[in-house]
Amino acid sequence: MADHDVLVVGAGLAGMRAAIAAHRAGANVAMMSKVHPVRSHSNAAQGGINAAMRGAEDSIDSHVYDTVKGSDYLGDQDAIEFMCAEAPQEIINLEHMGVIFNRDEEGRLGTRAFGGASYARTFFVADITGQAILHVMYEQILKAGVRSYEEWFVTDLIVEDGECRGVVAIEMLTGKLHQVTAKAVVLASGGVGRAFEPSTNALICTGDGIALAYRAGATLLDMEMVQYHPTTLAGNGILLSEAARGEGAYLLNSKGERFMDGYAPNMRELASRDVVSRAEATEIEEGRGVDGCVFLDVRHLGAEAIRTKLKYIYEAALDYAGIDMITEPVPIRPGQHYIMGGVKTDPQTRTWDPDGAWKGPRGLFAAGEVACVSVHGGNRLGANSLLETVVFGKVAGEMASAHAKEQPDTPVSGAHLADAEARIQALFGRPDNGERTAKLRLDMGNAMNEHLAVFRNEEGMRSALGTVHGLQERYEELPVVHKGGVYNTDLIFHLELGYMLECAETICEGGLLRKESRGAHYRRDMTERDDTAWLKHTTANVGEDGRPVMGSLPVTVTKWEPQKRVY
Amino acid sequence: MQANLRVRRYDPEEAEPSARMQEYHIEVPEHFTVLDALIQVREEEDPSLALRCSCRASICGSCAMRVNGQAHLACKTRLSAVAPEGEPVTIEPMGNQRVVKDLVVDLGVFWNKIRAIEPYLQPAGPEPEEEYIASDESMQNLITPMGCIMCGACVSDCTALEVDENFLGPAALAKAYRFVADPRDGASHERLQTLNEYGGVWDCTRCYMCVEVCPVGVAPMDRIMELRDSVMNEVGVTTPGARHVESFARSVARSGWLDETMLAVDSWGRFNIPKLLSQAPLGLRVLVRGKLPLPWPFHHKRAGAEFVGRIFKRWESKKQ
Ligand SMILES: Cc1cc2nc3c(=O)[nH]c(=O)nc-3n(C[C@H](O)[C@H](O)[C@H](O)COP(=O)(O)OP(=O)(O)OC[C@H]3O[C@@H](n4cnc5c(N)ncnc54)[C@H](O)[C@@H]3O)c2cc1C
Ligand code: SF4
Ligand code: SF4
Ligand code: FES
Repeated sequence: MADHDVLVVGAGLAGMRAAIAAHRAGANVAMMSKVHPVRSHSNAAQGGINAAMRGAEDSIDSHVYDTVKGSDYLGDQDAIEFMCAEAPQEIINLEHMGVIFNRDEEGRLGTRAFGGASYARTFFVADITGQAILHVMYEQILKAGVRSYEEWFVTDLIVEDGECRGVVAIEMLTGKLHQVTAKAVVLASGGVGRAFEPSTNALICTGDGIALAYRAGATLLDMEMVQYHPTTLAGNGILLSEAARGEGAYLLNSKGERFMDGYAPNMRELASRDVVSRAEATEIEEGRGVDGCVFLDVRHLGAEAIRTKLKYIYEAALDYAGIDMITEPVPIRPGQHYIMGGVKTDPQTRTWDPDGAWKGPRGLFAAGEVACVSVHGGNRLGANSLLETVVFGKVAGEMASAHAKEQPDTPVSGAHLADAEARIQALFGRPDNGERTAKLRLDMGNAMNEHLAVFRNEEGMRSALGTVHGLQERYEELPVVHKGGVYNTDLIFHLELGYMLECAETICEGGLLRKESRGAHYRRDMTERDDTAWLKHTTANVGEDGRPVMGSLPVTVTKWEPQKRVY
Repeated sequence: MQANLRVRRYDPEEAEPSARMQEYHIEVPEHFTVLDALIQVREEEDPSLALRCSCRASICGSCAMRVNGQAHLACKTRLSAVAPEGEPVTIEPMGNQRVVKDLVVDLGVFWNKIRAIEPYLQPAGPEPEEEYIASDESMQNLITPMGCIMCGACVSDCTALEVDENFLGPAALAKAYRFVADPRDGASHERLQTLNEYGGVWDCTRCYMCVEVCPVGVAPMDRIMELRDSVMNEVGVTTPGARHVESFARSVARSGWLDETMLAVDSWGRFNIPKLLSQAPLGLRVLVRGKLPLPWPFHHKRAGAEFVGRIFKRWESKKQ
C-alpha cells in the first residue's frame, strides 16, 4: 500500500499550503523537506503579498493587467486571471489562519505600494511578511497533525509506467535512504538562485525539484527568465526589500541624482524590477556608480519609520554593510533574486498535459517557485510570488488529492531504492582527485552571473554554456570526501551541485534560443522585443544523451494584446 | 584578517564517540561573520564539519550556536566584533539540547515545548466572512513575538531549563504570549490557566539570559512577565509564584525593604509546614551571616520607606 495519498516535496509556503489543502480535502498527506519547514526560503520574503481588494479604483482587472505588462506579455493570461481573482479570498484565508497583517485606522487590512503596480495593493506584516505567513502556516500544519519528514533530502522521483509514485530520500540525521510512496506527488521545492554567485537566495535554493522533474521527463519552461533584484548589498548579495522603495526610498547615482527620472518618468523607483535593474547597471557602466554600486536612500523617511516599517532592512544594512541608513545612503546593486522559469504546469498545477501537447509524468504536480504556470512570464512583479505560492499551492493540494482518489493502489518496485543506494556508494567510492564541490559551484555561479545577468549576448551565453559543460564533465569525477552517514553535508552539496548544473545548462540554452529581448532577458545583440517570432515560451526536455532538447509552446492571450511597455 | 577558531567536534559514528576541540587557523576578509568562517572551513579544510545554515541573513534561524560561551546566530556575529585582534574564538553547539554531530543539535525538545502551548489560533466563534477587525496597535504588539525565528538560542542559555527540563522555556512562552495577546484568539483564559501550572510562567528565574541572547529582540523574559500579569489578573493569585510576587510587593510597599521570611511563608502557604521547615536551615544560615533583615515581628521600616510607599501608590493609580 502507498505510504500516503499525497506527498508534498518542499515545506515552504507553496508546500505547506498544498499540504493544508490536501488535509482539508481528506487526503492522507505528508510533507518532506530538506530543512525544517520554518527554515524554508519563503521566510526571506520581506515586502508583502498582492491582492486587489482595497480602494475604490483598484480592481482584479488592474492587477491582471499590471502582471501581464510586468511579464512583458509572456505570462499566460488565463493563469494570471485565475491567480488575481483568487487573491482576495486567499488573503482572508491567511488572516483567518492567524497572520497578523498590518491594519488601517479602521482595523481592516492595510496596504503599501510596490513596484510595477498601479495601486497600493500589497498586504504586509512589517518587513517580515514571508516569515509571518510561513510560521502561521506551520502552526496550521501542527494543528492538523500532518506528517512531516523534516531534514529529509529527496534524491529521486519514482516514476513507473509514466506515473509518479513517490520519492527516494536521505534521512539526514542518520544518513539512511528511504523510499516513500504516494499516489500523487506535489513538487514545491523552490528556486535555483544558488546557481548564480552572488544571489539573494538562501544556500538551500539549489533547484533540486526543477532538476528532479526534468530528469523524470517533465518539461521546463522559460528557464532563461532570471530576475535580478535592484537592491542587493554588495558584499554578500543580501536583499534589501522593495518595501524600502514602496515606502518612498530614492535611488541615487554618484552625483546624487534620482536617475530613475530618466528611465521611467512616471513610476521612477517603482517601475518593474527588470527596468530598474537595467537602469542601475547602465548608470554603473557609464561611470555614475561608486565601486560597482549606486545608492538606496531612505533618510527622508525619518528615523521612526525606518526603525519600525523597515526594521529588518535597517538592521541588515547595519549588520552586513556597516551602514546606518538613518544617516547614510547604502550602496546597492542588482543581484540574482528569482527564477521565473521552472517546471511547466497548467493552471491546475499538473506537470503533464492530458492532451499531450507537452510531456511530463502523470501524478506529478508543481507549485511555487519551482513551477512555471506561467504567471510571471519574462519578469515577476514584487509581492506576486508569495501570492503564487499560496494560490497555486492550494490548487495543487486539492488537485493532487482528487488525483490520488482515482488511483488504484499499485505496488512500487524496490529497485529505485537499490539504484539510489548504489549511486551513492559509487560516489563514496570515487578516488579523491583534489576537486571540491564548493570550487565547482563557485565557477558555475561566477560564469552565470557574468553572462546571464541583466545584459546578455550570444557570445557571453555561449561561453557560460561552455563553462557549464566543462563543469558537468568534472562533476562526473567529483569525489565526496566525507563518508559519514550522520548529517553529511558534503554528500548533500554534491547532489545539489548536480541539480544546479542541470538548471544552469537549461538557463543558458533557453537564453541562446530566445532571439529577442523580453523582460529580464535583455540581449545587447538583439535589443528589441519580437512579438511575431517570440511571443512564445521556450521549453527544455531531457534528451537521450542527457542534453536538453529545446522547443517552444504558445503563450495564452485572453484579452490583453501585447503593447509597448512604458513605466 | 586571521581567524583562529576552536570548534567543538563530536562524531557519533566514531568507535568511541567523545567530544573534542579542534583548531582551525584561516585567513578571511575583514567583513566575515562567524558563519562565513565556518563555511570556509567546511569548504576548504574539513568537509566533515557539520553545522546548519541557510539564509546567511539572520532570517531562517538555522545557525544558532555558542560563540565564546554564549548563544549567537553565527551569521549575525561578525568575527571582528568577537575577536578584533584575532583572538581565539570558541565555537560550540547550543546548550540544553542533545548534540547530534559537531554543531548540529536535536531540536526535538525545542519543538515539543512549542507544541505543548497549542501554537495555533483558536478563534472564539465561527470565522467572519471577511478579515477580523483588530486595531493596528494590537497587531503591532504581536510583531515582536512573531519575529521569533525559532533559532533556539534562548533555550540554549536558559538557566531555569538547565535545572528543570519540564520548564516550557523562553521561546515557547513567548509564542504563548503571541496567542494570549491576540484579540482574535478565544482560548486566552484556558491558555493562562495552563501557563499558571508547574513548568509555566512562574518557573522563570528572571535571569535575563534569553533577552540577552535573542538575536531578533523578542525579549522572551519580558513576554513572560506580561503573561504573569495576565495570569494574576485573569486566573488569580493561586500559585507560590504569584503569591511570591504579591508578598514581595506588599513587603516593600510597607517597610521599604523585603521581609524574606514572610516572603517564604506567603509564597509556600502559612500551613505548608513541611516546605517551610525544609527552608528553615537555609533561612537561619542567611540570618546568621547578617544577610537577612530581621523577620516579622522584628522587621522594621527602613529610612525613607514612605517614599517607597508613595511610588507604589502612584503606580497603582496610574494602572487604573
Ligand atoms: C530575499 C527574498 C525576498 C523575497 N521577497 C518577496 C516578497 O516580498 N514578496 C513575494 O511575493 N516574493 C518574494 N520573494 C520570492 C518568494 O519568497 C519565493 O519565490 C517563494 O517564497 C518561494 O516559495 P516556495 O514555497 O516555492 O519555495 P521555498 O520557500 O523556497 O521552499 C522550498 C522547499 O523545498 C524544500 N526542498 C528543496 N529541495 C529539496 C529536496 N531535494 N528534498 C527535500 N526538500 C527540498 C526546501 O527544504 C523548502 O522547504 C523573495 C525572495 C527572496 C530571495
Ligand atoms: S529569564 Fe527566565 S526564561 Fe529567560 S533565560 Fe532566564 S530563566 Fe529562562
Ligand atoms: S525567542 Fe529569540 S532566541 Fe528564542 S528562539 Fe525565538 S528568536 Fe531565537
Ligand atoms: S543562516 Fe539563517 S539565521 Fe543564520
